[in-house]
Amino acid sequence: MLEIKNLHAKVDGKEILHGIDLVIKPGEIHAVMGPNGSGKSTLSYVLAGRDGYEVTEGDILLNGQSLLSMEPEERAREGVFLAFQYPVEIPGVANATFLRSAVNAVRKHKGLADMDAMTFLKTAKAKMKQLQMDEKFLQRAVNVGFSGGEKKRNEVFQMLMLEPSLMILDETDSGLDIDALKVVAEGVNALRSPERSALVITHYQRLLDYIVPDVVHVLARGRIIKTGGKDLALELEAKGYADIVADAA
Amino acid sequence: MAANAQTIETVENLAGEYKYGFVTDIESEILPKGLSEDTVRFISAKKGEPQWMLDWRLKAYRAWLRMAEEKGEPAWAKVSYPKIDFQDIHYYSAPKKKNLKSLDEVDPELLATYEKLGIPLKEREILAGVAVDAVFDSVSVATTFKEKLKDLGIIFCSMSEAVREHPDLVQKYLGSVVPITDNFYATLNSAVFSDGSFVYVPPGVRCPMELSTYFRINEAKTGQFERTLIICDKGAYVSYLEGCTAPMRDENQLHAAVVELVCMEDAEIRYATVQNWYPGDKEGRGGIYNFVTKRGACRGARSKISWTQVETGSAITWKYPSVILQGDDSVGEFYSVAVANNAQQADTGTKMIHLGRNTKSTIISKGISAGKAQNTYRGLVRVMPGAAGARNYSQCDSLLIGDRCGGHTVPYIEVKNRSAKVEHEATTSRISDDQLFYCRQRGLSEEDAVSTIVNGFCKEVLQKLPMEFAVEAQKLLGVSLEGSVG
Repeated sequence: MLEIKNLHAKVDGKEILHGIDLVIKPGEIHAVMGPNGSGKSTLSYVLAGRDGYEVTEGDILLNGQSLLSMEPEERAREGVFLAFQYPVEIPGVANATFLRSAVNAVRKHKGLADMDAMTFLKTAKAKMKQLQMDEKFLQRAVNVGFSGGEKKRNEVFQMLMLEPSLMILDETDSGLDIDALKVVAEGVNALRSPERSALVITHYQRLLDYIVPDVVHVLARGRIIKTGGKDLALELEAKGYADIVADAA
Repeated sequence: MAANAQTIETVENLAGEYKYGFVTDIESEILPKGLSEDTVRFISAKKGEPQWMLDWRLKAYRAWLRMAEEKGEPAWAKVSYPKIDFQDIHYYSAPKKKNLKSLDEVDPELLATYEKLGIPLKEREILAGVAVDAVFDSVSVATTFKEKLKDLGIIFCSMSEAVREHPDLVQKYLGSVVPITDNFYATLNSAVFSDGSFVYVPPGVRCPMELSTYFRINEAKTGQFERTLIICDKGAYVSYLEGCTAPMRDENQLHAAVVELVCMEDAEIRYATVQNWYPGDKEGRGGIYNFVTKRGACRGARSKISWTQVETGSAITWKYPSVILQGDDSVGEFYSVAVANNAQQADTGTKMIHLGRNTKSTIISKGISAGKAQNTYRGLVRVMPGAAGARNYSQCDSLLIGDRCGGHTVPYIEVKNRSAKVEHEATTSRISDDQLFYCRQRGLSEEDAVSTIVNGFCKEVLQKLPMEFAVEAQKLLGVSLEGSVG
């Protein structure tokens, strides 16, 4: 599914990722944990192809196909979805309008006809119910005036609608209370399937109680310093990052 | 190409100095370049106008000469362009066949042009409920749905026809809102206006369909000077929409229109414009100079005038649709989206003049600048001593795309009554990389992302447009900003 090979990346001329290797098989969920400034968000932006995040070495393959030459929207249409750490506000654009454009952009890429307004509404409402979101969010401007938790829920809602093949969750747990966390995790779990993979980036172990990963990686100073199972997350929680980073050094 | 015999004859009869006559080809007849009293006389004669109309025009022409001599063109707007040679312009151009009895007589080429523009001219195609008056270069080509409107007592015709058929109304109201000597371009228009639309809605009648005019400049080196007059009598209502396009040409073309609205007691006029004149190329070659005077008078108590404009075209836009709030409790509104991309310059806004008691005005202006364009909002809110309880709310937002363009806000507020309340808010923002990336990460192309963000920015204004035109305007915004990022 996703294969990251010796990935080096620069931001503003400074190398942040110093050679990352990571393979996620179809159906697997991998967690990337690490202290602040370790390069977690950089990794998510590099995967999504954001301008200014320059890959200097290595490759990223999605289903065997390199993503490096693709624009962000092409990657999105190929099934890469990034749930943002800080979802962006777009004043005046209704959530429904925005999401329907997105859904149809992806469908077009797959050679499918546009989803008509009725089907879209029906599907959207069902997914919102799943996430315990009020339907009024469809008519509200994208993320404008949403609380932190509402924004995160909205990200997962978009993900449910777009049904990506690779879900990247960038600190989706930050700013969520425990109830919201559970709902969001359920949303992600609902998308779990043998052909869909996820990369869950988080600072805390807490989220991983609800989205149980197959593999846990520790990212520090732009490198994966340790890889293990679910237990690694618990170990991190108990010992803190300092010890593990020190051990690896 | 053989000139039409009758045309030659007309010209020869009119004035000896036009000895080379018209450049007449199959489609149109054009008056030679240049402006003189004879030009004015010619236009008036061509339209079979009565003496009073000619006198009115000549008065305007003489006033314009004085203005040109004393002050010249207005120079206060934040636009720059080479001096216009007013003798290097054709002041009259018309599709040749005229005095049409029905649409079947309209040149099929012309109909095809309108079809390309998406204007439903043929009646069977306009079940959508839009009556259209189409002005091609200088002459009104056809007015659809006239009969149906006539049953309700509504007059919707070309200005030329109104001058002939409804002289009382025209004489009473023409120039009553925008006087002959109002400003340089309005005065020029008063002298040489060639056609335009006329609407009269009688007392208590609610016009059941959108009335619409489409303006098209076709001929090279041709100025277009249309004149529109809309009168909404007591308790009447009308919604009017104009659209504008022009072909691509290397030279600049002048468009100096005047629109006057008269709104009586309890009447309401909604006037919407989607202006997409050719903006010139990326380097700023060619494009329309759009110097337009639009003004409405809320004469009666509780009357209401609402201007909505989406301005995406023209090399230069100089336009301030205004409302004079005379009647007590009258309401003026101005909703504007102005886009300037590449080398375009827009200086647009409104004037709200509060005279009556408890008069209210709302101004929502959205300026979008991209490329190396300059976009200025210029507005005046004036509350006169008698306007007790007057209220105004103004909101001017600028959106910048890229780092070479400019957005400017120049609000003037003059309040001479202590009980008035005037509010002004202004913001300037940029399309952020975060927003673009967010949209693209969801699968939208860069251009769709810009279009989505811009449409969101303009939403408050776009939702004031009649439904079908809102859709058109949204598409237009996207097209106008193509290539503005990246």
